[in-house]
Amino acid sequence: MPEQVFFALEAAANGLMTGVLYALVALGFVLIFKASGIFNFAQGVFALFAAMTLVGFQNGQIPFAHLINAIFGTSLHHFGWNMPTVLAILCTMAVMVLLAFLVERWVLKHLVNQEPIILFMATIGLAYFLEGFGDVMWGADIKKLDVGLPQGMSSAIDEATYSLFGYGFFIDRLDVVAAVVAAMLVVALMLFSQFTKYGRALRAVADDHQAALSVGISLRFIWVMVWAIAGFVALVAGMMWGTKMGVQFSLSLIALKALPVLMLGGFTSIPGAIVGGLIIGMGEQLFEFSVGPLVGGATQNWFAYMLALVFLVFRPQGLFGEKIIERV
Amino acid sequence: MFYREAGDFKTSYRDDAQTFPIAFDRLRYYLVLAVALGVIPFMINDYWANAVIVPFLIWSIAAIGLNILMGYAGQVSLGTGGFMAVGAYATFKLMTSFPDLNIVIIVVLSGFITAGVGVLFGLPSLRIKGFYLAVATLAAQFFLIWLFNRVGWFYNYSASGQINAPERTVLGIAVTGPASPPWAQYFICLFFVLVVAWMARNLTRGSVGRSWMAIRDMDIAAEIIGVNPLKAKLTAFAVSSFFIGIAGSLFFSVYLGAVEVGEAFGIEKSFIALFAVIIGGLGSIFGSFAGAAFMVLFPVLLKNILVNGLNWPTDLAAHIQLMVIGGLIIVFLILEPHGLAALWRVIKEKLRLWPFPH
Amino acid sequence: MKLTRLAAVAVAATVAAGPALADLVFPSLSYRTGPYAAGGIPFADGYKDYFTLLNERDGGIGGVKIQVPECETAYNTEKGVECYESTKGGAALVYQPLSTGITYQIIPKASQDKIPVHTMGYGRTSSVNGKVFEWVFNYPANYWDGASIAIKHILDLNGGNIAGKKIALVYHNSAYGKEPIRTLEELAKKHGYEFKAIPVDHPGQEQKAQWLEIRRDRPDYVLMWGWGVMNQVAVQEAANIRFPMENFIGIWWSGSENDVRPAGEGAHGYKALNIHKTGMDFPIYDDLKKYVYDKGLAAGAGDQIGTVLYSRGMYAAVLAAEAARKAQELAGTPNINATQMRDGMEALEITAARLVELGLPEFGPAFKVTCENHGGSGEGLVQQWDAKEGKWVILTGFIASDREVIDPLIAEDSEAYAKENNIAPRCN
Repeated sequence: MPEQVFFALEAAANGLMTGVLYALVALGFVLIFKASGIFNFAQGVFALFAAMTLVGFQNGQIPFAHLINAIFGTSLHHFGWNMPTVLAILCTMAVMVLLAFLVERWVLKHLVNQEPIILFMATIGLAYFLEGFGDVMWGADIKKLDVGLPQGMSSAIDEATYSLFGYGFFIDRLDVVAAVVAAMLVVALMLFSQFTKYGRALRAVADDHQAALSVGISLRFIWVMVWAIAGFVALVAGMMWGTKMGVQFSLSLIALKALPVLMLGGFTSIPGAIVGGLIIGMGEQLFEFSVGPLVGGATQNWFAYMLALVFLVFRPQGLFGEKIIERV
Repeated sequence: MFYREAGDFKTSYRDDAQTFPIAFDRLRYYLVLAVALGVIPFMINDYWANAVIVPFLIWSIAAIGLNILMGYAGQVSLGTGGFMAVGAYATFKLMTSFPDLNIVIIVVLSGFITAGVGVLFGLPSLRIKGFYLAVATLAAQFFLIWLFNRVGWFYNYSASGQINAPERTVLGIAVTGPASPPWAQYFICLFFVLVVAWMARNLTRGSVGRSWMAIRDMDIAAEIIGVNPLKAKLTAFAVSSFFIGIAGSLFFSVYLGAVEVGEAFGIEKSFIALFAVIIGGLGSIFGSFAGAAFMVLFPVLLKNILVNGLNWPTDLAAHIQLMVIGGLIIVFLILEPHGLAALWRVIKEKLRLWPFPH
Repeated sequence: MKLTRLAAVAVAATVAAGPALADLVFPSLSYRTGPYAAGGIPFADGYKDYFTLLNERDGGIGGVKIQVPECETAYNTEKGVECYESTKGGAALVYQPLSTGITYQIIPKASQDKIPVHTMGYGRTSSVNGKVFEWVFNYPANYWDGASIAIKHILDLNGGNIAGKKIALVYHNSAYGKEPIRTLEELAKKHGYEFKAIPVDHPGQEQKAQWLEIRRDRPDYVLMWGWGVMNQVAVQEAANIRFPMENFIGIWWSGSENDVRPAGEGAHGYKALNIHKTGMDFPIYDDLKKYVYDKGLAAGAGDQIGTVLYSRGMYAAVLAAEAARKAQELAGTPNINATQMRDGMEALEITAARLVELGLPEFGPAFKVTCENHGGSGEGLVQQWDAKEGKWVILTGFIASDREVIDPLIAEDSEAYAKENNIAPRCN
């Protein structure tokens, strides 16, 4: 049955592509966890908030229009101009940096040295807050996000594979772009952390907070920086997913897709996030393809977690996570 | 002036080891019981029962269950929603298969079934720790929901895939089904809350509880001094799931009456329980109540103030409500990372010295 | 301790805000927040605006003012319960629960409290059977009608013969999504098409596996029972695999502007069922503009006017108002209560002439509710998305469903419910 083989290959290839999209979300988690030991549950909401802000800037929406209208009885909606995409992206980045600064200033600063679970809870509180804040700021309707990313079936791949195998493979062009962007992002992050002053400081902080402090690295600055970078990663993830499904509340739920990726790859490893994403993406597509029909389908939600769980039983720190050394 | 030990002499070990060793505290406890048993049942109406008190009691049970696991045994779990679903579906199957069985027995049995499932999903905790475990318990959450949605046997192959609680009575009074009076719903939940709180309190200060806390504080050290981690972790999962199963069972049969698994027991439910435990205070029974009260009462209160009191548009109120709750969680954590229970302890200390603080 | 005192304050506020008993009260359990907000906002706006129009133009219904207390559920069952309990005290006449979960929740409670429930195009399908479900109405059409209407439309396209054709159903893996499966299986037996059901788990942002499967199987038609983000992703994925969009038909909850806009040009040609017409080409909008919009009384942000779901909210309000009018007539008094409202709903008759009078010519089907049949005529139409114009185009007239197949299914399910809950059939 060569046809079945092609189908399986196609499913696997698409799974890999989807995996990259998961990895993009997971990257944001890893960055923050590495630098500050915080499991940032708000990462998904960050992506949503970034995407909403981007669309808002693009369309020239007036922030808090609804609130203003409710209080003052006005009917404001739009500034009446559209911002070019590049400028809008830059503005959104500025907003994300500001957000990182405020988070450090108002939340993290006060929670230094708390247990990880408390910090985790604080990020959940932050997620709630941002969810409400984003809706008040930009409205709860579904927005179309168009930053000029291509979408739909890639004819080139379809034709090439058709002439090779007699079966045209389906690859989404958006996925290809996402894969390229993710690769660039990882390379950029690697270069940044290896070859720049701040990158080195970042690695020092990740290694040992106290030692880093003692050689004069400002912990607070590093935290702002890393949250800002995570905000930027969230913006990229939000752009990819937002193009796929429109900017709406459910965008924040992609965080749940990134968690098994994190478990599998390890909370502290950037390559781990990528490899984990690829394994999860491919695994769930192949499982749905082969076993799904036997058990009634729609297995993606839990399969990723089960796969990660099985992996963890053998490697409790994930594939690339730092080995857990315990002392009494 | 209040909460003072002075003059309160204990003449036996039994007295010394009681739950509320301070006379004033004991009095307060009996007072709360008296109000719960003697006053609320006469004042309760449909709105109070269905919107406020019954969900509060049920979430208290769930929070106590999760607190055993997280606060006492130190194992983070995000599978509460899934385990509640197990309790609910066990109840439904038992109710429809054995129509003559008393509902109290059914609820307890559902608790036991959930405990079994909990132990099964607790097994990985022997290898996996911390956040990895938290995420691993999500596997239970998603898998169980999918299973109940997929396998027709669990919902008796009904066309809609929903489960409905038929009417069941205790002492001739309906406690489930639409015709049950609010005070009966209240009493059945209160009964389980009291039993669960009593059990939890006594378990946690016995040898089992000590072994949990030893594991929580440092599992390797605990192992060295002779605590069996397998036994301690699995009993924690079992007891915790037992309580959560009871909560799920009541949630379905008494509170909602009709349930669709994905909607009623989704991951948000896991988070509500988690919030309740952390805001209330890890490792505190009182904290579980306080946390549940915060998570259930506060949104209703806020909504009533903003929408009915200030006449805001409902959507704006709902968004602001999210912001306020999120903000308050952060503020609480900053001010008192150990939760409302720690706040309560501080108040008690202050009251003890009042009015002469030196 | 502090909390209880605050709660007492809250309750005082609730009681104080209760509506005066002399008004007609139509509570609106809206969901303007949460994952489905985009669908909830236009519906709630439409529902409210129509009642505002009646208040402003006619002074209410039969001279009695209307109140529409709104309560936010965020599509969440527990919040829905809270909303139901907090609004039912104020002499609520009829509930539109809007979410499947809240519907199932409210059906037994409302029957106990003797308040009618209207689930328009959703909820428990077998509540068509008025013999069993005294307090529940789901006119003018239900999901099983929808499944049948879609198949009829496909039959029409193929000259009445679809034997051997492949039809796939992409559905939200929940009670709602599973509704049409039985009907479609029964219809497959009758018409001889090949049927395949493909589930998508909640929430449905990732459907690659499902659409690759469709690409491999090459079904002739794909039906969809989707909700929320699942709709947008499905439309996008269908466009991605270049599935012919005119062979892709969604249920009426998958057929709003929200569902197709994010996919842009790709969604062009996508079809969806509907239980009413949509758009601004109705005389009623002149009145709405004059009495509501221009006076600044429009609900919400006022930017949803004329959309599919706005029209649906308005249609729900029209049907509720007409039933109330009927109830006033039957009861002989303009101040009706919930029981009289129920009688009015059971005697409701919508004629083409009445729709013209209302300024909504041919907006919905003409139908009649009886004691046995709470489901109306079961008719629906097919609309198609025109991406260039950015609007839905009505393709067909109202198509009647295949009652021959559906009626036995309804009888079976409702009788099972009656047996489970010891309900004696009425209408004898």
